[in-house]
Amino acid sequence: MDKVREKIKTKGLLFNIEHFFDRYKVIISVVFAVVALSVPFIGLSRATMRLLVMIGLYSMLGMGLNLLVGYTGQVSLGHAGFYAIGAYVCALLQVDAGVNFWLALLIGGIVSGFVGFLLGLPTLRLSGTYLSIVTLGFCEVVQMILKQWESVTYGNYGVRNIPKPELFGFTFNQQNGGFYIIILVLAVLTALGCHFIKNSKTGRAFIAIKEDELAATMMGIKTSRYKILAFVLSAFITGIAGGFYSVINNGYIEPTNFTFNISILIMSVVIVGGLGTIRGMVFGATILMLFPEVFRFLNEWRFVIYGVLLVLMMQFRPQGALGWQSTLPYRLSKETKKLLEKKKAAAEDASRTK
Amino acid sequence: MLKIDNLNVFYGPIHALKGISLEVNEGEIVTLIGSNGAGKSTTLSAITGLVKASSGTITFNGKNITNLPPYKIVKMGISLSPEGREVFPALTVEENLTLGAYTRNNHNDIREIFERVYNLFPRLRERIKQAAGTLSGGEQQMLAIGRALMSKPKLLLLDEPSMGLAPNLVLLIFDLIESISKQGTTILLIEQNANMALSIADRAYVLETGRIAFSGDAASLADDPRIRKAYLGG
Repeated sequence: MDKVREKIKTKGLLFNIEHFFDRYKVIISVVFAVVALSVPFIGLSRATMRLLVMIGLYSMLGMGLNLLVGYTGQVSLGHAGFYAIGAYVCALLQVDAGVNFWLALLIGGIVSGFVGFLLGLPTLRLSGTYLSIVTLGFCEVVQMILKQWESVTYGNYGVRNIPKPELFGFTFNQQNGGFYIIILVLAVLTALGCHFIKNSKTGRAFIAIKEDELAATMMGIKTSRYKILAFVLSAFITGIAGGFYSVINNGYIEPTNFTFNISILIMSVVIVGGLGTIRGMVFGATILMLFPEVFRFLNEWRFVIYGVLLVLMMQFRPQGALGWQSTLPYRLSKETKKLLEKKKAAAEDASRTK
Repeated sequence: MLKIDNLNVFYGPIHALKGISLEVNEGEIVTLIGSNGAGKSTTLSAITGLVKASSGTITFNGKNITNLPPYKIVKMGISLSPEGREVFPALTVEENLTLGAYTRNNHNDIREIFERVYNLFPRLRERIKQAAGTLSGGEQQMLAIGRALMSKPKLLLLDEPSMGLAPNLVLLIFDLIESISKQGTTILLIEQNANMALSIADRAYVLETGRIAFSGDAASLADDPRIRKAYLGG
């Protein structure tokens, strides 16, 4: 019986890859960390550095949206709105009020999270398509406000002369790899945060709501509270990413940086990478950011190929590139392990006394 | 323990429950039987706070719980194993059970309930690591009941536990329900399989189009010619 099971188990490329990664987990992590940390010092071209920063930024955006779509199953097409709020709050606080970048970044995230709370309230009774439409509307409303409220947002002219972030006299910019370091830290913090949430009681509540909202209610989970919480956390992360974007875009942002296309791009990262996984977000961001660069020689044809690839992907791998159900042995909780061992020992005792 | 008094529930213009009253005493198995659309599941939904009662009162251990939000009702000690099982398919058996203990915070307490549930359903212990969606129908039903027990309810509500199961599995599930009852959990059982339900219940209520048509102790209802004709196949 066990032999049969092993035969079935050891088939499949993904399984082999996954086990390879699990086996050499420590070595691979160390290699990854060393490579990631040495990137700013090996003299890559400016374009490459910018690409890496964008990959980091979109990984972070993906993780933020994933918290909502991948865990609680609420679909949002309005994340460009949160992204814009984070960026504008962060930029305007620096330009008009002279607030320090780090504080402005945090405030941008908090304001975005608060708007997420407000948007979460009326959407409690909505799900699926209806929720998507409301969030789509939200994205357009933000866009309109940015364009029309000229006395505050400078309208179509955009916010200019956004200063570069500084810390203890060190100025972060594209050339010295400073942007790369900031986004690396932010993305790693976000990944750790998401990992922690996923494995906590809150994360279990999120996933239960996605799987079966009625059953989740019957477990005594306050579903409305958790649905709003997911919105707030997701908007907060997206807002922080927006604040970071405002300083890397040559010190200049305008409303057209935050159109509906950005929402779709973030959603594509999540779907291509694999709903509900964290590694998938990094993978999805890498693919989607690299694609236009690698296929630049195809000119406008690359968007045709891009579309075809997405369609093929949905047809043959709807769970996303890295969204498979893990074949690794499930890790039992400590209590269960103890229970099983006790039971085994009892069984052995019983057979011995026979 | 649970007392429902003159309960009315509307779905828009449809009068689903027309003033039903029933009572469940501590330690009993009470069954609510009736055909499709009689209002059985609606009664459970009203008890657990999933639908609003337009009039009438539901009291649990002397406290009025009418129209309280579901999470408060779960905390007070009422737990529902929903119709059609509704386990979380992508989560493992262990994670499903952990979610059942959501309202509990004491670690030792949770460990104890885990042990109790695994002893009741040894099959679940064998499948701890398996995704719930890959279990058989009977195992999923065991998981749904086990998950409902994880919140250590005083009153367990079971909505059609025999649904879609092979006859020998139905027997097994009903045996388990009896042993849960013997361990001191009060049970309100909703069933279409009137024969089985009456065989393990102490008392029974028969619902017909939103009204309680008959009630009494299970043995005498099972002998009642009218009920035999309508529900037990003559």
